[in-house]
This record gives sequence, C-alpha cells and structure tokens, in this order.
Amino acid sequence: MTITSAPVTGEATKTWSGRAMPRKEDRRLVQGQGSFVDDGGMHGQGYAWFVRSPYGHARIVSIDCEPALSMEGVYTVLTGEEAKAMCEAPFFAIAPPPGSLMQEWPLAVGKVRYQGDAVALVLADSRETARDAAERVVVEYEPLPAVTDGVAAADPTAPLLYDEAGTNVVWHGVFDYGDVDWALENADHVVKLDRLHFHRFSSTPLECNGAVVDFDHGTGVVSVLSNYQMPMFAAMVIGPTIGVPINKFDFVTKDIGGAFGLKIGFFPQIAALALLSKKAGRPAKWTEFRTEHMLTAGHGNERTFVDIEVPVMADGTILGVKARAFDDAGGYLHYEPLGAVIWSQVVPGCYKLKHVRVDYTEVVSNKCPVTPNRGYSRMQHLWMIERIIDVVAHELGLDPVEVRKRNYVQPEDYPYETPNGCIYDSGDLPRSLDIALELAHVDEWRARQRELGTGSGRRIGIGIGSTLDSGTNNFGQSRIINPELPFSGNGEVAIAKLDLFGEINVNLGTTPQGQGHETTASQVAADILGVTPDDVTVSTGFNQANNAYVGFSGTYASQFAVTGLGAVMGAAQKLRHQIVKLAAFALHAEEDEIELVGGAARVRGDEERAIPFIGLANMVYTNNAGLPSELLSECDLNARYVYVPPFEVPDTVAKTGNLTLTYASQVHVCVVEVDEETGEVKILDYAAVDDCGKRINPLVVEGQVHGATGLGIAASLYESLDYDESGQLEEPSFYEYHVATSLDIPNIVCGSIESPSPFTPNGAKGMGEGGGAPLHAVCSAIQDAIGAGGPIVTDSHNHWARVYEMLHRAPGAPRNVEVISRSGGSDTDVKSL
Amino acid sequence: MGERGTSHSVTVEVNGEKVSRIVAARQLLVHFLRDTLGLTGTHIGCDTGNCGACSVIVDGKLVKSCMILAPQVDGSTIETVESLAQDGALSPLQESFHEHHGLQCGYCTPGMLMSATYLLRQNPEPTDEEIRRGIRGNVCRCTGYVNIVEAIREASRGQATGRRSAHAAAGEEV
Repeated sequence: MTITSAPVTGEATKTWSGRAMPRKEDRRLVQGQGSFVDDGGMHGQGYAWFVRSPYGHARIVSIDCEPALSMEGVYTVLTGEEAKAMCEAPFFAIAPPPGSLMQEWPLAVGKVRYQGDAVALVLADSRETARDAAERVVVEYEPLPAVTDGVAAADPTAPLLYDEAGTNVVWHGVFDYGDVDWALENADHVVKLDRLHFHRFSSTPLECNGAVVDFDHGTGVVSVLSNYQMPMFAAMVIGPTIGVPINKFDFVTKDIGGAFGLKIGFFPQIAALALLSKKAGRPAKWTEFRTEHMLTAGHGNERTFVDIEVPVMADGTILGVKARAFDDAGGYLHYEPLGAVIWSQVVPGCYKLKHVRVDYTEVVSNKCPVTPNRGYSRMQHLWMIERIIDVVAHELGLDPVEVRKRNYVQPEDYPYETPNGCIYDSGDLPRSLDIALELAHVDEWRARQRELGTGSGRRIGIGIGSTLDSGTNNFGQSRIINPELPFSGNGEVAIAKLDLFGEINVNLGTTPQGQGHETTASQVAADILGVTPDDVTVSTGFNQANNAYVGFSGTYASQFAVTGLGAVMGAAQKLRHQIVKLAAFALHAEEDEIELVGGAARVRGDEERAIPFIGLANMVYTNNAGLPSELLSECDLNARYVYVPPFEVPDTVAKTGNLTLTYASQVHVCVVEVDEETGEVKILDYAAVDDCGKRINPLVVEGQVHGATGLGIAASLYESLDYDESGQLEEPSFYEYHVATSLDIPNIVCGSIESPSPFTPNGAKGMGEGGGAPLHAVCSAIQDAIGAGGPIVTDSHNHWARVYEMLHRAPGAPRNVEVISRSGGSDTDVKSL
Repeated sequence: MGERGTSHSVTVEVNGEKVSRIVAARQLLVHFLRDTLGLTGTHIGCDTGNCGACSVIVDGKLVKSCMILAPQVDGSTIETVESLAQDGALSPLQESFHEHHGLQCGYCTPGMLMSATYLLRQNPEPTDEEIRRGIRGNVCRCTGYVNIVEAIREASRGQATGRRSAHAAAGEEV
C-alpha cells in the first residue's frame, strides 16, 4: 500500500488558522437563540408518541388501537405490521448471513427484542394528547425468556432473538497477525487473564433525539428536520425501506445539543415518522424524552474479553496478545457489526505489539441496540491493551512507566505500519507521557503515597492511560465484515461562494454538535481569501438542498479537521482562483500580480489598482454583458470541492489495510485517593496531553479534550447501564444513571504537543473522540492503589461498591491472573495463581 | 390547541413583560415558557430535575422549570436566559462563557447561565469549590465543566473589580 502525502500549503496556515479564537457560534447560543430540533416545527404538524414495550423479550399477541383512536384529538395510530406493509424492504443490513437475517423494520413486527422496543406510533394534536393516547393502545404480550449477557448469548442454548437466523451470533471473525503461538511459546513470561469486561454506558447528549418529518403526497418529498448527525447515511438506509429515492429526501439539521455518535442510531424512528406522516397526511413532530432516550436511543458497545494471554520478555518487551472478544450489540443492528472491524484501526494500541490474535464474536441480546459512542469500538480494545500493560507491570514487578516507554511506538518509527497494515502517521508518546507525569505532579504524589503507608485508611493510586484517537475512516474496512458491501474511502464537501454583494458563504456537509465548525471553517477560508473570519458566513448545520454532501457526510469519527477543513481549503482555493482570474481581467493585470487583502483584489505593489469583492460579484451575477464567455464559464464564483482522503480497498481475506488516515494520541495521568472504609474514589490530580498534529483552533481542541475526559471519568466511576435477567434497564433516567456533575469531574490540566500529520492537507489530525483515555487511566490508578498482589481491576466501571469489594476481598481468593515463567527457555514454572 | 381538561389563568411578569394566558392545569412551567410564550432559550434535558437545562429564576430564586407547574407561578416574576443581554450587549457572564470557551453544543448553556447568574447574586466572589457547588444541579456533557468554572470565576472577578471601583468612586469603604 502506498500513501501519497499531500503538500502542506502555506496559504491555509497564514494568519487565522492556529489561533485560539473564541467561537462565532457562541453569541446566539449564550442568548438562548440557538435553533435546536424541538424549537422548530412545520405548519399543521401533529405530535408523535411511541408505544413501547415494557418487556425485554416478548411475542406481540395483539394490538388494539381503538381506545386511542376514539380519543378526541388523535389523528392516527401506526402499528408495526401496518408500517411493514407500507415498506418495500427491511433496513439495509451491513452484516452477511447470519447477521443479515436479523431484520429490522421501522416498528417491531411479531415480537419485541428489548425494553422500549417500539410497537406503535400515535399522532395527535398535542404532545399531551399523544402521550395519553399511547397509554390507551392495548398491546397484549407473551413474555419470552431473555438473554442479557454477551457471552451467554453466543451459547447455542441461549434464547434466540431471531428464530429465522438460528443463532444470536451476528458475525464472527479471527483477526490473526504475526505468529502469536510462536510468541507464546518463546516468551520469557506469559501473563494470562480470565476475563476483562468493558461496560455498557452512554455519553447521553443533553438534547435528546428529535425530528419533524413531512411526507408530501404532492411531490413525494420527505422533509426531515432533525438532529441526526449523519443525514445521508440515514437516507441511504431508510430510502430503500420506505421507497423514497435520495433526491426526494430533504434532510436539514440546525444546532445539535450534543451527539457523541449516538445520534447515528435513530434512523428507524425517522422512517417510522415518515410513514406516520404519509398515513396521516400531515407532518409528524417527535421529541424524545430522557427515559425514552436512556431505554432506546442507543448505548455504547459492551465488550467482554476472555482467555487473554500475553507473551512478555524478561526485559518487559511485550510481544503481543491473544484474546477472544464478545461484543454485545443489543436487540437490533443499527450500525453494527461495524464495531467488529472499527477496533482493528488500533490493533496494537500505542505499542509495538507484533503478534496479535483476536477471535471476535458479535451477538445480539435483549438490550438496547448499541450505537457509536465517543471512542466507538476502539476505546474498548485500547482499554484492554492498557489493562494488559498495567497487569504485566504489576505481576512482573516492573514500573508501568518504563513498560510503556519500552513498548511505545517511538518517535523515529513514524510512519509506523501496524501488524494489520494501518499506518500510524506521527507522534511522540514518550514525550507526551513525560509531560503528563509532570503536569499531574506524579513525583510529589509518589512521595505522598509512601508517606501514607498502611493503616491510614486511605490509599493513593497513580494511573496512566495512553490512547489513540484514530480519525478519518476508510469505509473499505466494512468489507472485512462483508466483502459484498459497496463501500470504501471517505469524503466531505464544502461549497465556497462569493454571493451577490460580495459576501462569502461556506456550506458544509457536516453536522456540528459543539465542535465549532463555523469558527474553524471561517479561520481556514479567511486565510485563503484575504478576509477575517467574521467576513465568512458558514451555514449552521446540514441542508441537503445545499448539495454539499457525499454519502458519508456528517460529523463523527474524529475527522472534521481533515475531511471538513480539507474540503473548505479546496473550495476556498478554487474560489480564490476564480476571484484572481476575474480581478486580473478587470484590472488589466497578470494573475500572479493579484493579491487578496481586506475583501478586495488588488495588484501587488499598486494598491490603487483594486476591485472589491462586490465589484467582482457584480461582474458575474448582475452585470455580465460583454464579459468573455470563457471567463464566465470558468468563474461562476460558486466553488464546490470534495475532499477525498487517499485510501485503497483493504485486503478482506488477510483483514489488513490502512483503515484510517490519522492517529491523534492522548496520554492521561490520573491520581486518585481511595477510601478503604467506603471504596470511594476521589481524583486528586488529572492531566491530559493531546497530540493532534497542527491545531487549527487550540481553544476548540482543548475543549474537546476536556469533554472527552469528563465523559470518560464519568463512565469509569459513575455511569453504567445494567440490565436484570429479564431485560429491565436499571438506570432509565438521569437520577439512577448518576450523570456526572461539576462535583464529580475534577479540574483537568491540559498539555499538548503538535506532531503534524504528513498525510493531511493541513497537517491536522481529527480528534475529539479521545480514545477513552480516562477509563484506562482511572482503572490504572485504582489498580495502583490496590497494590501488587491484590485483585486485578477487570471491569472498566468502578463505582464505590466494586472498589470496596476489591479492597476487602479475602486473601487467597482467586485473582483471575496467572503468570507462567520460563527459565532457560524450556522449563515452565507456574509463578502465581 | 389540543390540550383538554381543567384550565387556569396564569399572569406572570416574564423578562420585564407582563403576560396572561389560560393554560392547562398540568402544563409545566418549562412548556409554558417554550410552547405558550415561544421563549425557546429554556431547554429540556431530563424530565427528572437532574440536568438543570430548564433553570430559570422565579421571584429571585433559582427554579428548575420542569419541576413546577405553570399555574403554581401565577403572580410571579420570571427571568429566563433571554433577559440576560441588554440592548444587544451580552452580560458579563455571557461574555465570559464566550471568551473562555465555556460552551460547546450550547444546549445546557441557558440553564447554566441562569444558575451562574443566581450564584453570583448570592455570592459575588465565589471560590472554585463554591462555583462547582453552585452549578451542581446543571449537567453539561460537552465541557467536563472545566471552562464553565473558569468562565464563572473570571466573570465574578470582572464584576468584583467593577463593583470595587464603583464603590471607590462613591467614596465608600470596600
């Protein structure tokens, strides 16, 4: 595989790019003038309310809509069977068989597969009437045994969610790189762990999902005003199901109140609303409420690793890892099983592991469908790798800092090819770690840790989380799951236009949710066009009518700085070229004599010979008689540019290829105090060092680091989504979920280094997801507090009760770890159990 | 439209303007503000009183408007986020949130600003710990609270400085 490196141009990084500019978006948002989905509506709309299953798994015996329909103000009710009859096909399946046999329709048909599964949809003249009517829809269920554990679901004797598939296993594959058997046979030590469990949680955007959908019978156009974050993916998935071609959709987003990947999951709701609107002949508005969100909007991937074996040399060099992974997709496959390959963007984590075999199984279970959630699929794997690093260090009596530094990909190794052909573009992990250790005052805390000793009832723990934030997907990796899929590469679109009075507009295919695209796109365009960011108007959100999209447009997967800003650069440069051409004509000058300054084009060295942008716009739009036709055809002042990252199709048999373009890194250091009496964990110091290449706006970057860190800490200590055996969610509101507050999240000290990416137009790397570093660092710190010889931290979620249990576990109780050491390369010695 | 059952007359002063409406007995204050009065700056995030996106100030007290019915505030004076900027000029807190990147998606921001406004009225120069306690009823999922705390702290310093100089100009002891 060859990677062509695009040149970093001087144009885009001249003045505004790189500045920590406060955001343009803020002015409307701090005044409550943002336009969020529930703030909008359509004329004549009704209000929709879903009728949802109270059971985790049940057969639908009957649905009686009459009591609801007889209520005053109720327009209509749509049932699952009815919706199916209006459809041409189930939703598009990413998986090959058996996963493709696990069909989904806009509403549940025949049975419900998780608590909250939607069985009918009511439309009424007010939200309250719709809610009352939904309660009067009488659904008779026959409860079925549920399965709510990902490993148990793979067992052939488990209750089946989809009889027609004959299994709960969606997809199974072995990712086998190097020779892990050889490594295990030849290593000085083999560290074995029975089980590591990455828990289920959600970053729960504060604004719930919502959409206003209108099915226009006259034109056949389906208008969707929503906060969906990947609109054309939704169009591609639901179009064939409800029989609507792409050009009959009109997707619009405006301000979005957080998404974190989770707002990719609600396309079935949009489809159901389109059918409801079609049936009722009026727009349908739906605003999800929090418990509905917690039950149904999507949870992050829960993954259980078992039979983990790690070959280690005496000097602490880790040769690789062998493990089996069970990923639990929940009741339906909303974006899955893409997670089954996405993790392999980071096979060796931050380390030079050469021999890796992961036997990967994805299952369905009677839980909420999973959806991408900040750090999607990679953080689960990276957490496992980081746990291994710490366990190896603890069990072999090595310093976790030294083990990391010994095994890190080193600065001189970049571009570094991983065992599966991914190219790590740049970085300096040892330096990042050193900075993080200093920022978190680790030397002082180590001294304090020794001072405290035993008997104080308190313990200090210091933990490290090294992680990668891989950005800009090569969608060709989906073919590793299903070679028949017609996907590869990626792309994003920007349109830069000089408008009638010389105003500069930029339209994007992205759906920002707080990442400041209006600001950073303005910074980039301003540098190229010789204006200030305030002179550039970037449209809010996504509008299909702008024609600024490709299939994968949207905001997700840490890619805007590369794909979005790559597109803005391209479009602004195209527009600049046209402006220069027109100005050269108007000013009787050569093109290379023209410079753009302060919203005008002028001849370098002769400032009197100038024409403002409004004059150029006038020449093209409103005063073009006599202009040479070749000039007019070249200069329409409306420049559309598609940025396409350099990718090739991966090898689907070997499961190798460059799966993502950039690798931002983060190294976090966390210092905790653990109370032996209560198990409470208090964070005393926290540092995060980010390296995302060239930063277009350091203020925005640091904000993203804060946010990802806050959510990671929240997940590691407070937030978990757990089901009982019958499939009831135990945390269906913010009250039970203990959503983290300002008292739970400590001050986060940030550091940064910039290792420019050689593969991107601007040296930037996508960032924002953060790679789950806090989960790694907090677990690592708790492990350090527990101390050598104590229980292994085997879960990514460590609320006080779990920590208390580990601190007070009986001596001699199983530790779930085993170290087999060889002396002289032949004799095997079981060191500890 | 649509809502049936017992109705009540509600007269309140909202952001300096007196309004009277007939509302359903079960209408929440937040729905009254958003749907009836069209003041959509006040948001809904959780329905259980945990997130504070709906925070407003009623008769000088900080209230989560999803936890109170509209008829309960009859006769009250209500301040929402729409009242903070005066004649197009942002309040010091709004400016500070902007300057210190104290918001990302902006959904929690109106409620956060109302809590911060209330906090600084009660305690003009709070410590970081007091700021964190003051906004503990407001959930933000984007910022990790770091820059929000900074924004409130810096706004309070700016306000404190202004107050000192005003007092000093009047010859008062500070």
